[in-house]
Order: sequence, then C-alpha cells, then structure tokens
Amino acid sequence: MIISTYFILLILVLIIFSIFAKGIKAISWEMLTSVPSGGYYYGKGGGILNAILGSLSLAFGATLLAFIIGLPVALYMNAFLVQKKKLVGVIRFILDLVWGIPSIVYGAFGFSMMIFLGIQTSLLAGILTVTLFILPIMIRSMDEVLRTIPTGLIEASYSLGSNKSEVAFKIFTRQSVSGIITAILLSFGRAIGDAASVLFTAGYTDNLPNSLMEPVATLPLSIFFQLASPVPEVQNRAYASALVLTLIILIVSVLSRGLGKKYHKTKINF
Amino acid sequence: MQEVHCKMENTSKISIVNLNVASGKHQILKNISIEIPKNKITVILGPSGCGKTTLLKCLNRLTDLYPELKVTGKVMIDGNNVLEAKEDIYQLRQHMGLLSQRPYPLPMTIYNNIAYALKLKGVTKRRDLHKQVVSYLQQANLWDEVKNRLREPASRLSIGQQQRLCLARGLAVNPDIILADEPTSALDPISSQNIEEKFVELKKDYTIVLVTHVLRQAKRIADHVIFMYMGEVIEQGSNHEVFENPKMEKTKQYLGGTFN
Repeated sequence: MIISTYFILLILVLIIFSIFAKGIKAISWEMLTSVPSGGYYYGKGGGILNAILGSLSLAFGATLLAFIIGLPVALYMNAFLVQKKKLVGVIRFILDLVWGIPSIVYGAFGFSMMIFLGIQTSLLAGILTVTLFILPIMIRSMDEVLRTIPTGLIEASYSLGSNKSEVAFKIFTRQSVSGIITAILLSFGRAIGDAASVLFTAGYTDNLPNSLMEPVATLPLSIFFQLASPVPEVQNRAYASALVLTLIILIVSVLSRGLGKKYHKTKINF
Repeated sequence: MQEVHCKMENTSKISIVNLNVASGKHQILKNISIEIPKNKITVILGPSGCGKTTLLKCLNRLTDLYPELKVTGKVMIDGNNVLEAKEDIYQLRQHMGLLSQRPYPLPMTIYNNIAYALKLKGVTKRRDLHKQVVSYLQQANLWDEVKNRLREPASRLSIGQQQRLCLARGLAVNPDIILADEPTSALDPISSQNIEEKFVELKKDYTIVLVTHVLRQAKRIADHVIFMYMGEVIEQGSNHEVFENPKMEKTKQYLGGTFN
C-alpha cells in the first residue's frame, strides 16, 4: 500500500516536473498574450492566446450547460424517484455506461449531428459536444453526493410539510453545496482537457474566439500541433501550453474550493 | 383508575385500528390497535427493534418514503383515516411536529430553520416572520442562547440546542400533535431534562406521543403508556396501571429488568 502510494506520487511529481522544466524555458509574456503569427509553428513569434481563450470559453460554456441540465436530473433521481428504486438503478447504470464511452466517439457523434443539422465546426458545436461528453460525469458526481444525504434530514424536511420540489431545491442543494461544486470542477477539468471531442467539432483557428458560429482553438489541440512540429523550440512551447492548461485547472480548483467554504460561512438567505 | 381510563378513551386524538406494516415477508407491526388520548403524553415503550419508530412514522405517513413498506389498517386522527387521506399529505404532516432521535437542523441559518417552517405554513411578511421566529425560539427555551447568532449556520449549535431548535421548528408549523422518537437519547442529562419539562408544559396545547426505552423517563412524564414487543402491543393503560400493576407477564419482565 505504502509503495503504491509513493509510486503514484512519484509519477505525479515527474509529470508536473517535466511539464514545468520544459515549459518554463519557452513560456513568455508574448506567448500568453498574442495569437500565432504566420510562422509560429516553425519557431517564429506569436502565442497561444487563441487557444487559452478558446479553451476557457468552450469549457465554461459546456460546464454551465451541463450544470443547468444535470442538476435537475440528479435532484429528480434522488427526490422524486425514491419510490422507484429499480428505475433509478437503471438510470445510474446507463449513466455509468455512457461515462465510459471514449470522447472520440462523442466527437464523431457531434460531427455527424453537425452534418445532419448543417452546422460548421464552431464554438457552439464544440460546446454542445463537450456538454454531452461531461453530462454523465456531472450527473453521477452530483448523484453520489445527494445519495449521502442522511435519511433523518430528509424525514425532518418532509415532516415539516415540504413537498418534493421544496425538499429538492431548498434542502438537497444546500446540504450538498460543496459536493456540487466538486462535481462542477470535475466536469470542467474534463471539458478543458479533452482533445478528441473537439477535434472535429470546434475545429482550430489562429484567431481569437469572437462568435459562437466560428471555429475556436483549444489548448489540448494546440499542444498536439506544437508537439507535432519538427522544431525543438516549438515542442518546448507545447510543454509551456501544457503548463498553462495545468495552471488554469489549478486556479479554477482553488477558486471553487474558496467559494464553497465562503458559502458555508456567510449567511444563507432564501 | 378505571374511570380515568374511560374518560381518556372518550377524548382520544388518534385511534389506530388493526395496523399492519410489512417489509417484504418481515412483519414489522402486527395488528396494532391503540388509542392515544388528547392533550396527554402517551409513551410508547419497548425494546429496540420492536417497531416503535415505524409506528410513529405511520402516523405522519413518512412510511411513504419507503416503497418496500406495505401498510394496511386504519390510523384515525380526529376521525379521518390518514392512510387514505384525500387531503394533501404535505398539509397533513403539518398537523404533527416530529422530533427525531438525533436532531437534524436544516442546512441553513438558525433563523431560517424556523423561517423555513413558517414559510411552508404561509407566513410571508418579513415582520410577521421575525415576530414568530422569536416567539417559537422562546417557546423552546432557546431564544436567550441564540438571539445574537441568528445568522449563523444551525449546525454550529450544540446538540442539545439543535434538538430544541428542531422542537421550535416543529412547533412553527403549528401542529396539534408532537411525535417524538427517543428525542433525548443523544442528549446530556440537563438537555434531556430541559426537553422533558418542555413536554409536560406543552401537553396542555398538544397531544404528545413519545417513543422511548428509558423507563424512568416514561414513568416521570407519561400519562398513558403503551408497551410493545416484537411488533405487537402487549399492554396499554395509564401510567399507574402499567407501572404499578402490569397485567401481562412480558410487561412485568421488561419493567423488572429481567428481560432477555
């Protein structure tokens, strides 16, 4: 047990160290604040601002959408379907199943839907595909938190005369704030880090994202293109981009945790 | 004594007729028929697992939350069978305040724990809300301890304070029955005494059904006693009848502490 724990820790440290060591050399203010210029992928000037902003808008959009759809589903499963345990079991099984589908399949599905609907590769198509991809993660993580709500609290809420939606929206959500935030965070991490689902759907561009209907660049794809370059400096820039991606996830994680704590401390009104 | 008993029967608040509860093949309650007198403290006594809590949950239909439970029979409250209540069961539950073994404050502030219950009852004006929150906290002897920390999460209170908060919250929906499921089992002696005294004080306005396995507590505050064993009612009667002159062998054994 101890050996495997340290082994995992070692690997994690190695990954972060290698990203840091190679990335820190290549990272520069210019890289963070400008879009790729003509010969960027051959070692000339420019940056990855297109990918940073593209990834952020895509991941925020998809996480928001998945949250808006996912929270009611998780609440419905836990507050309204209590009498139908089998049905809930089936829903959980299906969600776990679709959770395991590789993201490239979602990408392919999104792509075929785009052809069907006549939409081009765009931020919108990317957001919709990634939403589908993170929805099972979002729902099941929230579901697991909601399942741990003590029966006594549920009984107490009903005994006051609350109906099911009051119990769901006023008691369940409050009781599980920190767990819900974790679910959002987990989904955001998957959304921003995935390359395969956005490959066909969001496309890639050297421009900044400016419209839902235009293609956007994303960090994972930007890493891929830079690593594929024969020029060593550009390869190092790929590590720099990976560093940026890791830092974004770190910042979002710290922010959400802070938010969760703050919510618990300050007054709660409804 | 006989006379007193008859008088009680005439003013029963709840009468349960042939109540059976089963979970699959396991029979939790068997042919329960009891009378619970109005404005009295009725104590349901019995060893753990004898179905006391399930009986309590039948009264306010919390059994609905457990689809595996099959409930048959009649639970008449003020002449209406709650098991087939046509009226909204959410409103029906507001006739009964529930106090559980462990306090479960709602995940919100102390103030909002009471305000939540009041809002369910239809109180919406800010001023009315505040007035009533204060009044119910006073009724539960909690106001002096929390008046300066109303905006703190209720989970920060001590467990004894939480139980009184739950009592205040239960009273806030303006019930006429209080259902208490071993409400003092998690509390220290002083907090327990606090709750017990409160019950004695409250019985002039409420019908109280208290589940407990603390014999001394039952003896101290019960007016009417129901003794249950293995899902059956063994004996029921006034405090004096059951504690001084138990008729059934099982009751004698339980009260004498020679129970296996």
